[in-house]
Amino acid sequence: MATKTIYGIYDDEELLVEGAKKLKAARIRVKDVFSPFPIHGIDPIIGVPRTRLAICAFIYGITGTSLAILMTWFMMVSDWPTDVGGKPSMYYYMNWPAFIPVTFELTVFCAGHGMAITYLLRCWLLPGVSPKNPDPRTTDDKFMMQIDARPEQEAEIANILRSTGASEVTIH
Amino acid sequence: MHHESPLRDPLILGDKTYGDITADIARPIEGKANKYWYIVFTISVLTFLWGFGCLAYTIGTGIGQWGANKTVGWAWDITNFVWWIGIGHAGTLISAVLLLFRQKWRMAINRSAEAMTIFAVMCAAIFVTMHTGRPWLDYWLFPHANQFGSLWVNFNSPLMWDVFAVSTYFSISLVFWYIGLIPDFGAIRDRFKMKGDVVKEKIYRTLSFGWSGKAREWSRFEEVSLVLAGLSTPLVFSVHSIVSMDFATSVVPGWHTTIFPPYFVAGAIFSGFAMVSTLLLIMRKVLSLEHYITIQHLEMMNVIIIMTGSMVGVAYLSELFISWYSGVEYEGYAFMNRATGPYWWSYWGMMTCNVISPQLFWFKKIRTSLIATFVLSIVVNIGMWFERFVIIVTSLHRDFLPSNWTMYHPTWVEIGIFVGTIGMFFTIFLLFARTFPVIALSELKSILKSSGEQHKNKRALNKKAETHH
Repeated sequence: MATKTIYGIYDDEELLVEGAKKLKAARIRVKDVFSPFPIHGIDPIIGVPRTRLAICAFIYGITGTSLAILMTWFMMVSDWPTDVGGKPSMYYYMNWPAFIPVTFELTVFCAGHGMAITYLLRCWLLPGVSPKNPDPRTTDDKFMMQIDARPEQEAEIANILRSTGASEVTIH
Repeated sequence: MHHESPLRDPLILGDKTYGDITADIARPIEGKANKYWYIVFTISVLTFLWGFGCLAYTIGTGIGQWGANKTVGWAWDITNFVWWIGIGHAGTLISAVLLLFRQKWRMAINRSAEAMTIFAVMCAAIFVTMHTGRPWLDYWLFPHANQFGSLWVNFNSPLMWDVFAVSTYFSISLVFWYIGLIPDFGAIRDRFKMKGDVVKEKIYRTLSFGWSGKAREWSRFEEVSLVLAGLSTPLVFSVHSIVSMDFATSVVPGWHTTIFPPYFVAGAIFSGFAMVSTLLLIMRKVLSLEHYITIQHLEMMNVIIIMTGSMVGVAYLSELFISWYSGVEYEGYAFMNRATGPYWWSYWGMMTCNVISPQLFWFKKIRTSLIATFVLSIVVNIGMWFERFVIIVTSLHRDFLPSNWTMYHPTWVEIGIFVGTIGMFFTIFLLFARTFPVIALSELKSILKSSGEQHKNKRALNKKAETHH
């Protein structure tokens, strides 16, 4: 018995949140929500875990810091130490304050770009990728819930969607 | 949903729905440009081409074509570099710092302000790459394996810090801007899809990277925006601090001051907000965005202009005071020469435009007047250009050896390059205004209920009804 996909379209994000809560109470899993802007509070209801991208950014940042320290140490101290204006670079600690700006910039560079690239890859947002929103109106002013349902649940789900204010319910 | 105090003025005027917001912001992209757009665009392109010609001439013959000389080694080039970089700072401030402070009024203006940042940094990059004299060797600025033994770049030098700061700033701003654009490109793409315009749908599909607006995408999107804002905030402060250190770490009288970093950052924000005001005043009118970019938005920016302008004023006066109080003869002379020497007009132009004129914004009538804002924003931009000219040229033209004393006069080539960058800036900005969503429409939709006029009025009416019962 094949499962069917039910789409419930709402005109208002608050109604959709109410609908999602009712569905959750009825132990029906909402597969996804498509909306023109972020709906705050929807994630825990439909079971979207908190993203760990910030942790990634931190790791990328630390990587950038380390690379910058390694680079300035190698170029300024190890490979060719110079004495500019009576400020020799025989050891890293001698001139490290002068290396802070570059270390900071590389930290930000790696954290920002690493996080952005991870975000694009994780969401699979790349040039040439086809959009996955089933209805083009969901980037304009409609809010859509997508539910995978067994045929015997269909009526119940459609009922919950309509009773919470869905303006359109379609079953595919 | 957040509820907002009824005392706050609405940020979105008129009886707007979510659909109206998409339609209003997509209109310039879908419609045809009017006559004025073509006139301004033609002028900008011609100016840009003229500047391009002057650039080519400089590359072909060398920077001897400029007025800079042995005594005044930095002049027009670095003045314009610092001016353009400073202008860029407002964009990052609006999109990053105001995001961290949860200022909702940023949402109508952050997209175009960030675009301005990117275009301004591009203009700044022209001067900084050209002033090296042999721009085709500019890759020497970056540390790379080389045949010089291998002698590396000098990380003790603020000029080197500047290379890293400006390139990081440009690329991070570009990423921040584009990440924010993806959902809005998605909205534009879907409009063309519904209209059946296959070609444009394809273009915007590519630009939107296949955005779908799924809950997971939004949750990650918000996290990325927040972290990028957190990263950009110290970044924007670091960039102009480092630019100021190009001067402050030298021993030239007038440059060797510890207040330079905060003073430069305040000045950058000051000039940047002035440029945002100039651009938005034109844009809201030409693209009919008066309901989104309201008088209130302009007033907020004018408040920031008074604040940063006053900070700059305090910095000018403390510099002046310290040059006398320190008892250092050279410092004292440098400032006396600024105020009364052959470049007195640039010093007093700077003082009038930057310290006196923004104080007019203390009057509510002036800071809420469109014409006054427009005029004063241009005055501030002129003043901030003079500031950099004063700092650079007046400090250099009379150095420690009186036999070196000389004057600096710009040549037509330099003036041509500067005018050309203004043309380039407007050319790119005008193209942006016709092809990109100039307002972050998805962000704006998220505040429609809390800050939209009709929603606020409705809530006020409900409250009235409750108290009557």
